Amino acid sequence: MDESDISFFKDGLRLDGRRADQLRPIKIEVGVLARADGSCYIEMGGNKVIAAVYGPREVHPRHLQEITRAIVRYRYNMASFSVEERKRPGPDRRSHELSKVSREALEPVILTSFFPRSVIDVFVEVLQADAGTRTAGINAAAVALADAGIPMKSMISSCAAGKVEDTIVLDPMKEEDNFGQADLPIAMTPNGDITLMQMDGNLTPDEFHGAVEMAMKGARDIYELQRKALVDKYSKMVEKTGQEEVHACD
Amino acid sequence: MDRKVVVPGDLLSEDAKRSGEGTYVRNGSVYSLLYGLANFRDKINVIPLAGKYVPGPGDNVIGVVKDITFSNWIVDINSPYDGLLHISEFPKRIESDEMSKHLRIGSSIMTRVTDVDPTMKVELTLNDRKLGQIKAGQVIEISHTRVPRLIGKGGSMISMLKKEVNCNIFVGQNGRIWINGGAEDMDLALKTITLIEKEAHTNGLTDRVVDFLKMEKGARS
Repeated sequence: MDESDISFFKDGLRLDGRRADQLRPIKIEVGVLARADGSCYIEMGGNKVIAAVYGPREVHPRHLQEITRAIVRYRYNMASFSVEERKRPGPDRRSHELSKVSREALEPVILTSFFPRSVIDVFVEVLQADAGTRTAGINAAAVALADAGIPMKSMISSCAAGKVEDTIVLDPMKEEDNFGQADLPIAMTPNGDITLMQMDGNLTPDEFHGAVEMAMKGARDIYELQRKALVDKYSKMVEKTGQEEVHACD
Repeated sequence: MDRKVVVPGDLLSEDAKRSGEGTYVRNGSVYSLLYGLANFRDKINVIPLAGKYVPGPGDNVIGVVKDITFSNWIVDINSPYDGLLHISEFPKRIESDEMSKHLRIGSSIMTRVTDVDPTMKVELTLNDRKLGQIKAGQVIEISHTRVPRLIGKGGSMISMLKKEVNCNIFVGQNGRIWINGGAEDMDLALKTITLIEKEAHTNGLTDRVVDFLKMEKGARS
């Protein structure tokens, strides 16, 4: 499709009614899987992603084991029904790459030296994709890791910025990602250390700095939501026992 | 007591000397390593809400024999790392070809960690009167993060429980608990431990457990 065919802005707002520097609505749920050691379900706009963490546990196959630290395995997988045209199931070039960069985005904050000779497995399943699944996956994985009680120096939050019609926009959705001029996902710690940065498309140096700045602000907002989801899970636990207490007194 | 829910990376204090368990120091400030409850005393400790048991020297644990090698029993201790019980750590002198006569695959044992080396080789012993094979009673499993609460400050909770329910109880640091006593007493002990596990993160738990026991006993008589 020719780029000039579509307009990304209407009355200064984007196709889905957002401002240029606005995130899509986000919903985070912690501990959604009973069998996993830690888990998280996240919705970021049209993205629906579930993350499960197992471990630290014994490494299989044995030869992958490291004597001094835990290894981290991250599997990013898209469900065959997650996109409009059925995706052929199984790992492919793209999901391999995303698994690798996502793992490297999370590994710097995990204290792997606490668990020598073990593995921390992270599984990220994309149930519905709408541009920015890697950022959603990383956000979910970070929460799931915390939920699994794995020691980390900090959380990791991830967000993308893009360029459409020569304007920098935060958290591009499907249309902007497909027909836009650039996409720049980042992942970072709340104090601003960047652990992942990718880019496709073209940006001038000025645009690049603007986009990084915007994505970092988005990531900080997401961090607050991640934090809130974890804290809320705890207060829900307290409430539940509180109710039982009343019941027990009857 | 001053307690707060924290997530990894939360700033806890500007005084590096207050760094306790579950925290780390960066640039002279104390941050949380874990998602859990921060206890603000002299030292700040963060107690995790979840996580795997990592063995340490001196821990009493309950394990299940899962394999026998030439001179070691390999013991599952509910952890990413297996325990090794060497033949010489058995209370009696036995021959290597008779190992399976004393402890078979599937046998449960109350044991103690003697040493953990940097590669996480975990050595166990049975050389203590309190330790040995489990032949009666039952073993239940709770999250190991709740064990400190079950034991209580200086063992207050567990000694109260032992007395009140009239059972033998052995608490493994790995979250496995052995109970032995009369059928009804064991049932009550089980109920109480479940209550403690579920409400481990709340205040004033010991008092509540005492009330709970009183009520349960009242219902019985």
